[in-house]
Amino acid sequence: MSIKGYIFDIKKYSINDGPGIRTTVFLKGCPLKCWWCHNPESQRKLPEKFEECTFRWHLSNDYENKQRIGSEVTSEQVITEIEKDVPFYEESNGGATFSGGEPMLQINFLNELLTLCKAKEIRTAVDTTGYTDFNNFELIYNATDLFLYDLKLIDDDLHIKYTGVSNKTIHHNLKLLTDLGNKVVLRIPIIPHVNNNGKNLDEMLKFISSLKNIREINLLPYHKNAAAKYTKMKIENKLPELEPPSKEEMNLLKDFFESTGINVKTGG
Amino acid sequence: MNERIKKLREQTLNAVPKLSHERAKLLTEFYKTGKPEQTSIPAARALAFKYILENKTLCVNDGELIVGERGPEPKATPSYPELCVHSLKDLEILHSRSKVWFKVNDETKSVYENEIIPFWEERSIRNKIFNEVDDEWKECYTAGIFTEFMEQRAPGHTVLDDKIYKKGMLDFINDIKHSIANLDFYNDQKAFEKREELRAMEICAGALISYSNRYSNKLLELANVEIDKQRKDELETMAGICKRVPANSPQTFWEALQYYWLVHLGVITELNTWDSFNPGRLDQHLYPFYKRDLESGLLNEEGIKELLQSFWIKFNNQPAPPKIGVTAAESGTYTDFCLINLGGVTPEGEDAANDLTYVILDVIEEMRLLQPSSMVQVSKKNPDRLLKRTMKIVKTGFGQPSIFNTDAIIQEMLRHGKSIIDARCGGASGCVETGAFGKEAYILTGYFNLAKVLEITLNNGFDPRTKKQIGLLTGNPNSFSSFDELMSAYETQLNHFINIKIKGNIIIERIYANYMPAPFMSILIDDCIKKGIDYNAGGARYNTSYIQGVGLGSITDSLASIKYNVFDKKKITMSKLLETLKENFEKDKELQNKFLFETPKYGNDDDYADDVTRQVFEIYFNAVDGRPNTKGGYFRINLLPTTSHVYFGSVTGATPDGRLAFEPLSEGISPVQGSDVHGPTSVIKSASKIDHLRTGGTLLNQKFTPQLLETEVGIERAVQLIRTYFKLDGHHIQFNVVTADILREAQKHPEKYRDLIVRVAGYSDYFVDLSEALQNEIIRRTEHSML
Repeated sequence: MSIKGYIFDIKKYSINDGPGIRTTVFLKGCPLKCWWCHNPESQRKLPEKFEECTFRWHLSNDYENKQRIGSEVTSEQVITEIEKDVPFYEESNGGATFSGGEPMLQINFLNELLTLCKAKEIRTAVDTTGYTDFNNFELIYNATDLFLYDLKLIDDDLHIKYTGVSNKTIHHNLKLLTDLGNKVVLRIPIIPHVNNNGKNLDEMLKFISSLKNIREINLLPYHKNAAAKYTKMKIENKLPELEPPSKEEMNLLKDFFESTGINVKTGG
Repeated sequence: MNERIKKLREQTLNAVPKLSHERAKLLTEFYKTGKPEQTSIPAARALAFKYILENKTLCVNDGELIVGERGPEPKATPSYPELCVHSLKDLEILHSRSKVWFKVNDETKSVYENEIIPFWEERSIRNKIFNEVDDEWKECYTAGIFTEFMEQRAPGHTVLDDKIYKKGMLDFINDIKHSIANLDFYNDQKAFEKREELRAMEICAGALISYSNRYSNKLLELANVEIDKQRKDELETMAGICKRVPANSPQTFWEALQYYWLVHLGVITELNTWDSFNPGRLDQHLYPFYKRDLESGLLNEEGIKELLQSFWIKFNNQPAPPKIGVTAAESGTYTDFCLINLGGVTPEGEDAANDLTYVILDVIEEMRLLQPSSMVQVSKKNPDRLLKRTMKIVKTGFGQPSIFNTDAIIQEMLRHGKSIIDARCGGASGCVETGAFGKEAYILTGYFNLAKVLEITLNNGFDPRTKKQIGLLTGNPNSFSSFDELMSAYETQLNHFINIKIKGNIIIERIYANYMPAPFMSILIDDCIKKGIDYNAGGARYNTSYIQGVGLGSITDSLASIKYNVFDKKKITMSKLLETLKENFEKDKELQNKFLFETPKYGNDDDYADDVTRQVFEIYFNAVDGRPNTKGGYFRINLLPTTSHVYFGSVTGATPDGRLAFEPLSEGISPVQGSDVHGPTSVIKSASKIDHLRTGGTLLNQKFTPQLLETEVGIERAVQLIRTYFKLDGHHIQFNVVTADILREAQKHPEKYRDLIVRVAGYSDYFVDLSEALQNEIIRRTEHSML
């Protein structure tokens, strides 16, 4: 019997969510409400009505437009979709990435998906905020090849302000996870005026240097592509005027983080 | 790009396409001498060729390094009245139509009225064709079931191998004489005909040498009056080159290019062969000259590039000869499909990419010209470097080079019975068509409208547009109780129309074989000299006739829609469907939306739709493949459209996929414009569900947003994407890297986007030169973003 869960998209030819050509499955629901969130449709757990929806992901021969975001699907349905692109994963050392929202919110569903992938020798990555019980990391650790782990703000008050939650668990989990082995890629969104300032960057550098086993750092520049979603979904966009960081800025930041001795990539 | 090339590039970009009556006038003069009546047809054709080359205007453009034009000057394009005589009305249309026009001056009109039209009107091949084919053929042609390639242009579609780099025309004359000497008059009933054909070839070889000698003299004259020392030296050198080649085999890079170019002019002056002749595997043929000249110090890399760039200009100076009517609609472009092949494998099957391959890629990127087209053959043996370099040109957005799977091409040819060596030395030409270079006549005979056949099936054999019963009575669709019954009716209709097409093809094939030999081209294609048989009569080692299926996406989605909505889910009845299609969805937009957005679609790696694709493919394949032509070869299929998907759409009513009447069909094997919503991997998976290896070429157009190729990682992923498609036996893929927004801007302000080049089908074209219907079609297929 397969487990059911809520997803809001499956994106193929995903080339920025881990190595190679990947299929990214977006699980619905997130405990964080980041001001700069690119996927505001991910935040609520249950499917939601949305009349202008152009979401046309067809699973199990269901072609009707439900005019909503998100679907309840079985793990088998998801795996069937993932498996279709195996030739691409094999050519590129790619695989499946589970993102969100926060995929750990549906830990049993996630664990089932990862286990099924492993059984079919498909490489896996989990894109996480880290805001979850550490037991969940332990549960999926073996079936996960890579964790794409977000690091946003070191100052907890600011973290609470901009994401809605404290970063204590997140940072603690990161420490424990990196102690377990070399499976973590850190993903740092670069949000001008929010976390892109000397103080936060210095603190981040210090924190990262205290960790072992970080495989890579990805710097993700803020972008405005989600603005239309906010309008359409009638969700308040708290950063309507914010401009993305420049290429030069991103290059400087790359140099900055490379001082940790860890490989740094920008973009994504 | 140096100043010289910049100037030449500007000249070719600014040259005005016009109709030149020179060739038609010379041809008519010659035929009026009465000489043709005293000789065999091949000899008459050869003497006409000779007469034209002895008398046509010579042209040396300022600063150019390779000489020779098809007409009296760049883009002055000759006509071929022996095939198709333009009426005065045609000339007016050519002159004044808004796209792909050719200026026609009063003198030309008067020459046509007084000399050309009266002489050729009754004598042209086109006239013969329309006299000889059956009425049912004409009805289907008028209905838009199929097109006919040879009604305005000659069979051609062949590509040169390496023979001219080893042999001069004098060597070919020796071969011809040898072949004549070996004719067995005692046992070979065709010995006399063969001798006539071989003598015709000999006349043609000599004619090309004389033509080059005329250039040599002209260049010397120009050198004598040239004040600039450097140019004077160049002109003298060029005069020397034109003296040595094509009579003798080339010794230097420069000689090789000039020799090829003269041969090219010979082929396209003799007849207006379809999909203009081309040098094929250029990086392979020229590599020995490249290496030798670099080593001896005769040329440096810059000199090599400059010559190649000069060579590139020559192609761009020759628009495809003027087309009218259906032929103009199916191939509405100035491009003449000279497709330069790079990369691939050596005759021994090893990685063939060499240093010159990369130099030529630089040239392609820098020149950014419509012609020649270019492609890169990629075998699993070629390094990723080749594909990466290619993608870096592709990302600049002009749709070149296109990318082909050498390993698939070789297997296709082996299935067609070609030797492994001939297969490895071959490639793709025109848009995507597989062929054994230098050894095969692979004739594209016409496009076939896969979607129209469904419309006819749904009307029990009746064509609603021309109001004629052109198909068979396969039953009222309301009586069909299953999808299989519908498919079986579709298959019956398709077989019926393919039969009509093939009968027409065979008649036309014999008309060309008997009345329109091509002795000059026959010198160049094995084994015409050896067999003493003309290219158009089966002289080539391999003789393939293709029928090109169009609208695979549209037919799949239409059939899948009927399967899903009528039979499986019973959302509507067949009679409601037929009524809605008849009304062109005008009374039921909601149903149209259901068909468009809530019905399975090809291109999404969804087997519900893709199983229908497989079925259609098998039906089409079985109808055509393996049937004999009259030249010892066979009919094969390929799947490509040029611009015929727009034409075919314009004659096809509303379809069950939600497409409105007379809108374009899908192109190649690409999904219906805008219906592939799950990205490139899904398109590739769907496209690989048909068996490419049993075709002679398929065409997949892939839209890509520029952002996807912005970074090194983006390029690397695209390379892996292509590699995967080729692992799945995909034949060909090409990319349009431009945003729909830019295209819409270009439509609004064409004057600002004169230089915007986009991928159309198997070729690139200036966006502003495309018909509005085609522009809209490309915008729809180009990039669509979702929430």
